[in-house]
Amino acid sequence: MSELVRIENLKVYYPVRTGFFNRVTDNIKAVDNISFTIEAGQTYGLVGESGSGKTTIGKSLVGLEEPTSGKILFEGHEVTTTKQKNAINYNKDVQMVFQDSQSSLNPRKTIGEIIAEPLKSFGVPNVIGAGYDGARSFDQTKITDRVLALLKIVGLPAQTVAQYPFQFSGGQRQRIGVARALATNPRLIVADEPVSALDLSVQAQVLNFMKKIQREYGISFLFISHDLGVVKYMTNNIAIMHNGRFVEMGTTNDIFKDARHIYTKRLLSAIPSLDVSKREEKRTYRKQIEAEFIQNKDAYYEHDGLIDRAYDLESITKTHFVALKKEGA
Amino acid sequence: MDGKLLEAKDVSVEFKIDGQYQTAIYKLDISIKRGEVVALVGESGSGKSTFAMSVMGLHNADQTRVTGSIKLNGDELIGLTERQFDTYRGVSVGMIFQDPLSSLNPLMKIGDQIAEAITIHDKQSKQVSQRVQKLISDVGIVDVQRVSQQYPHELSGGMRQRVMIAIALANEPDLIIADEPTTALDATIQAQILDLIKEIQVKKNAGILLITHDLGVVAEMADTVAVMYAGQIVEQARVDDLFNQPKHPYTRSLLRADPSEVNSGDELYAIPGTVPALKDMDHSKDLFLKRVPWLDIAEVEAQIDEKLQKISDQHYVRGDAWKNFEFLEDR
Amino acid sequence: MWRTVLRRVLIMIPQLILVSILIFMLAQLMPGDPFYGSLNPNSDPATIERMRHAAGLDLPWYQQYFKWVGNVLHGDLGTSYVVNKGWTVTRIISQRIWPTLSMGIIAAVLTYFLSITQALLAARHENKVIDRVLIVWNTMTSAVPSFVFYFVMMVLFVYIIPIFPSSGTGIDDTQNFSTNFFSNLKYAFLPALTIALFSTNSIFQYLRSNLLDQQAQDYVRTARAKGVQIKDVFRKHILRNAFLPIASGIGYSITGILGGAIFAETVFGYPGLGALFVQALSGRDYTVITALMLFQGVLALLGGLLSDIISAWVDPRVRVK
Repeated sequence: MSELVRIENLKVYYPVRTGFFNRVTDNIKAVDNISFTIEAGQTYGLVGESGSGKTTIGKSLVGLEEPTSGKILFEGHEVTTTKQKNAINYNKDVQMVFQDSQSSLNPRKTIGEIIAEPLKSFGVPNVIGAGYDGARSFDQTKITDRVLALLKIVGLPAQTVAQYPFQFSGGQRQRIGVARALATNPRLIVADEPVSALDLSVQAQVLNFMKKIQREYGISFLFISHDLGVVKYMTNNIAIMHNGRFVEMGTTNDIFKDARHIYTKRLLSAIPSLDVSKREEKRTYRKQIEAEFIQNKDAYYEHDGLIDRAYDLESITKTHFVALKKEGA
Repeated sequence: MDGKLLEAKDVSVEFKIDGQYQTAIYKLDISIKRGEVVALVGESGSGKSTFAMSVMGLHNADQTRVTGSIKLNGDELIGLTERQFDTYRGVSVGMIFQDPLSSLNPLMKIGDQIAEAITIHDKQSKQVSQRVQKLISDVGIVDVQRVSQQYPHELSGGMRQRVMIAIALANEPDLIIADEPTTALDATIQAQILDLIKEIQVKKNAGILLITHDLGVVAEMADTVAVMYAGQIVEQARVDDLFNQPKHPYTRSLLRADPSEVNSGDELYAIPGTVPALKDMDHSKDLFLKRVPWLDIAEVEAQIDEKLQKISDQHYVRGDAWKNFEFLEDR
Repeated sequence: MWRTVLRRVLIMIPQLILVSILIFMLAQLMPGDPFYGSLNPNSDPATIERMRHAAGLDLPWYQQYFKWVGNVLHGDLGTSYVVNKGWTVTRIISQRIWPTLSMGIIAAVLTYFLSITQALLAARHENKVIDRVLIVWNTMTSAVPSFVFYFVMMVLFVYIIPIFPSSGTGIDDTQNFSTNFFSNLKYAFLPALTIALFSTNSIFQYLRSNLLDQQAQDYVRTARAKGVQIKDVFRKHILRNAFLPIASGIGYSITGILGGAIFAETVFGYPGLGALFVQALSGRDYTVITALMLFQGVLALLGGLLSDIISAWVDPRVRVK
């Protein structure tokens, strides 16, 4: 398998200003020394609770957030800064889909205009798919044709082009968002909670659809979510985040079958199960994990001011990494 | 009394839209006993929150018509004046809402917001501050003094929802309505809040009407489940029956759409189409069948009985379509 | 909190310097100089030059600026050349400020009272007749130029129903105004009421839509679910939240109160700062003009400060630890 994106020691800090002169006295470490790799054609899951820094990682990847330090490499090219990103026209290869389809689509533009936008700036690739390095056309009729083709792929009728975002349901708008992301033939789509605002039946439509375009075009996803059920269904690899750090990283199987970090266990124990017969059992287990999380914190975290800071990841198998206290440390 | 805390019969709710009344809930029957958790589950637009607002009498009276009968401890609620309703709200029924930040007054201290729930019904109430502090500690908040002096924006989402629960519990209501109480919360906080609600329910022997779209929450919490679609209940059963032997096509479709129980290689069942608009809801038919594309027109358009059919002890289903319903890919 | 206020005050220093430079430049741009008006065909150019030299008007602009700032800091705003020839500007302003202050306060209180009452009425009866009437009334009073109404009020209450005096403050020597505050209210009331009646629109519209917005908020539903009566929800929950943005605006109204009402004072012949400004302008009494502009500038900055303090005081979310 080939590596698509590599993130090395990424840090995103926000300065905290205090005192009379508003001097920077501290940093909020939204992302604190994170490294991981996304393989081509795979889905990588980033899981964490609100404030864990998972969205910040996604934003740094597409260039909506400037890293404080660390490196982002795309197919071996460094794309950490905006300048580096622009040099290889990186944004045609990496696109983002947002949680709130309502506010991420311009209400004053038609769907046609919204999807045409990336085509106008990067040109129309000859084929639809993941990744395209050949010639791109800026011909207006080609743009119009491609917009229609993209709408067809996401299952919306041609008359959609003349309509406005408010005329669609949440699921349809989310598919429009995907169509827009797909327009430039990206190799990677960063999907930030793409289904968490949707009803179950609509969520299923969007998830199926994402899997379908991955099968057909080989697109990679960085799937950011707090919903472990969805993540389990969608991803090949998962990283669990807490307070800006990875606490555990591995294949989906590693995480769901063999969780080692208390925080991962805690998240897993919190997923409501549809198995009614086991609910008392689960509740007891959940309370036990919660108690261990509170009492046994020192085994899993060091203190950084008031923040629990996870240890560095250590490998326990070839694919599975856990942030545990080093022996003797 | 037959032990029924809440008994709703033939409840219909109509909203005035462009001068015309449109039916949002049609002839709904549901009852809750003391100590029972009844979940009302359905997607947005199914009418589940509308029903909760009817029990609380919180609809805008100028634009809403509620008919039928809703009895709380035997007292009829439909037709009460605002003043009469105020003696039930917060006393015999407490309500917990979805978004605890917007549901609390941003300018009032937590302690005062809880205290108001007490003093509004009992002007001479003594020891209000002791009662407030007891409520705060009852919902699992340790730092009682400090929290009661804080404002909502100073608390985390989970803490705010605990405060909302304290407000709902202020007068030890017989019935607690929880409308998507954990939808805005993270998974671990959701688990804590659900456990807290369960604990309180057991301790106070209260009845709970739990409104949610999340099947996992239903499976965790409910004793009885009613599945709603387009303003009607399509299936009602004890929680284990509903998950183990779902009957109605809608219930079965929902369970198939839930990714947590599906292998990642399999496709999720995506229910085609959308929930009909209020004006398109013809309640003499099984409206969900419009979203089953492989059925023939005759079956989709068939007139069905208004009432649910009893198929076994405490298990009720709407219409007959469930009898030979099969998913296309299972045939 | 106090730290924030102190920092806010310190920020005002550069702002003040900027304002003073701006005002000084504007004054420099005014055509002619104070002696220009007193010229007659027999004036000896040398005499005028001597007078200009004595007043320091032949110095380069920055030297004049520093001299002016230095004087201002010592409380010396110069001497009037036209309005009250020979009086210090400080004396003129301190005499005129009292009528303006009394009328301004009455006008502000009445404006807030009238617009808040109207907004409450309108919001409680949304889309009913009273709501529509109030909207039309407020739109009308803000659309028609205010002096039209001033004349109407003048005719109405001075000539047709003569219950108010037509002009002045009723006191010969306005310097003793502060001691005769109450006897003067009679004179201040009509212009104040007139101003208030016809300047309710912005607060009315803003508060009305705030009140309606707030009614739809989730916390209102929570209060209703507690069993709080609608009128109590209004009083205890909605009002405070709807008032927030207006309360913080009160700070700015200090500028209006002390700045004087140019039209009203002129129409009603009321000797306040507004009327003084008009007099000074037409007489090119530039020491008075610059002093009044500086006064206005300082008031505007103070108003901003006051507004910030008020909003931090009423809204816990704004308070900084």
